[in-house]
Amino acid sequence: MAGIVGYGAYVPKYRIKSETIAEVWGEDPNRIQKGLGIMEKSVPAIDEDSATLSVESARIAMERAQIAPDELGAVYVGSESHPYAVKPTATMVSQALGATPNLTAADLEFACKAGTAAMQICMGMVDSNMIKYGLAIGADTAQGRPGDALEYSAAAGAAAYIIGKDDQSLAIIEDTFSYTTDTPDFWRRTKADYPSHGGRFTGEPAYFKHVQGAFNGLMEKMDEKIDNYDYFIFHQPNAKFPKAVAKKLGVPKEKIELGMIVPIIGNTYSGNTPLSLANVLDKAKPGEKIFVTSFGSGAGSDAFSIKVTDKIEEKRKKGYPLSHFIENKEYVTYAIYAKLRKKYKGM
Amino acid sequence: MKESISLTWRRIPERYKMIGTRCTTCNSNFFPPRSVCSKCRRKGKIEPFEFSGNGKIYSFTEIHAAPAGFENQIPYVMAIVELDEGTRCTGQIVDATLKDLKIGDRVEGTFRKLLSDDPEGPIHYGFKFRLKK
Repeated sequence: MAGIVGYGAYVPKYRIKSETIAEVWGEDPNRIQKGLGIMEKSVPAIDEDSATLSVESARIAMERAQIAPDELGAVYVGSESHPYAVKPTATMVSQALGATPNLTAADLEFACKAGTAAMQICMGMVDSNMIKYGLAIGADTAQGRPGDALEYSAAAGAAAYIIGKDDQSLAIIEDTFSYTTDTPDFWRRTKADYPSHGGRFTGEPAYFKHVQGAFNGLMEKMDEKIDNYDYFIFHQPNAKFPKAVAKKLGVPKEKIELGMIVPIIGNTYSGNTPLSLANVLDKAKPGEKIFVTSFGSGAGSDAFSIKVTDKIEEKRKKGYPLSHFIENKEYVTYAIYAKLRKKYKGM
Repeated sequence: MKESISLTWRRIPERYKMIGTRCTTCNSNFFPPRSVCSKCRRKGKIEPFEFSGNGKIYSFTEIHAAPAGFENQIPYVMAIVELDEGTRCTGQIVDATLKDLKIGDRVEGTFRKLLSDDPEGPIHYGFKFRLKK
């Protein structure tokens, strides 16, 4: 059985408040904050992209895993904002870690769930003894069209997971289950700068259907029940959806609180669920169980049942916890935000 | 601004992982890498050496008139960093302005975009520094 041997998370320093964005577009900041539940979001520096965020998070994961870089047999980076259309982010990441050349590497894209898809691929490769360790990363520097509802949430961050055998793991991944359909809720066409979405269509037929499908599928497959878990993580496109799906599924709200980081960093897309899991792993105790359900538009959900082992306390002493990056922040104006996100013509 | 692809490719170990060199005869470390020891000359034995990226600020300045390719980043801070392994190198201090910094501040290595050529060219990555907190 595969498990998490090391993990790391990174969020850029800059933040913009929802009220700062609302002011530009003449929106009522209270309505935005109440509706989306997002107070502020992370903004990447001008020299940050999904590759640099991936490296930052992966270096922490490597420090905690305490393995040699050349022991990595696979590197997969999930993102919807890969710096190149053609040239894998995974190659830059592998090289920066010193893991090259004897490994397989590739980029993945599945809207907000490419990071958890990367974890599943690594689990399969570890379980089948194809590789000893695999690195799965979810990273994004997401862009929202100026003035669109997504501009309040589209944020930047990354989390990296080194998957290996369970006997070395700080958390064992007991099982996984996925639920996937062709659902046109959110997309970005080739060469388009910003994504489009189906408005209200993003809720019921997309997020709720797939999250519940994967959640119920894994619970049934494992013959498990909600009471046996200490924490639940649901993908957070905003703060409203995960609370609503938890209520529908009968998950107590106090069990989702630790994983709820979208109100203070925004939706980091492929980094979203992996970052929430990192925040829970930063605090979880040995023996505790975590149920994780990601969601990616298009659409699909990956669910995982994770059990924390007694190795976690020793391993997480190394490297920065996610709170280090969340707390170290600097607010920017909309004008600086537009510069950092290269929204000015000619940049 | 465009940088030669072969130059970028040759500098990947130095830029991505701060791999310099070390003279095993006199134990001097060099960054950027030197192929001949400046003290031992031909008696020196040079081998690759990975720097941690940790160090302290020796001196710094803020750039307002940037060279080609860095115009969008102004204002930004450049510093001479005294690396823990015993040599000095020049690098950018990210996520900081002059008011955040003083000589002697501890810094750590970070991985950032150095510059990207025109929209169809390659992106060049490498180390920079940030304040250690």
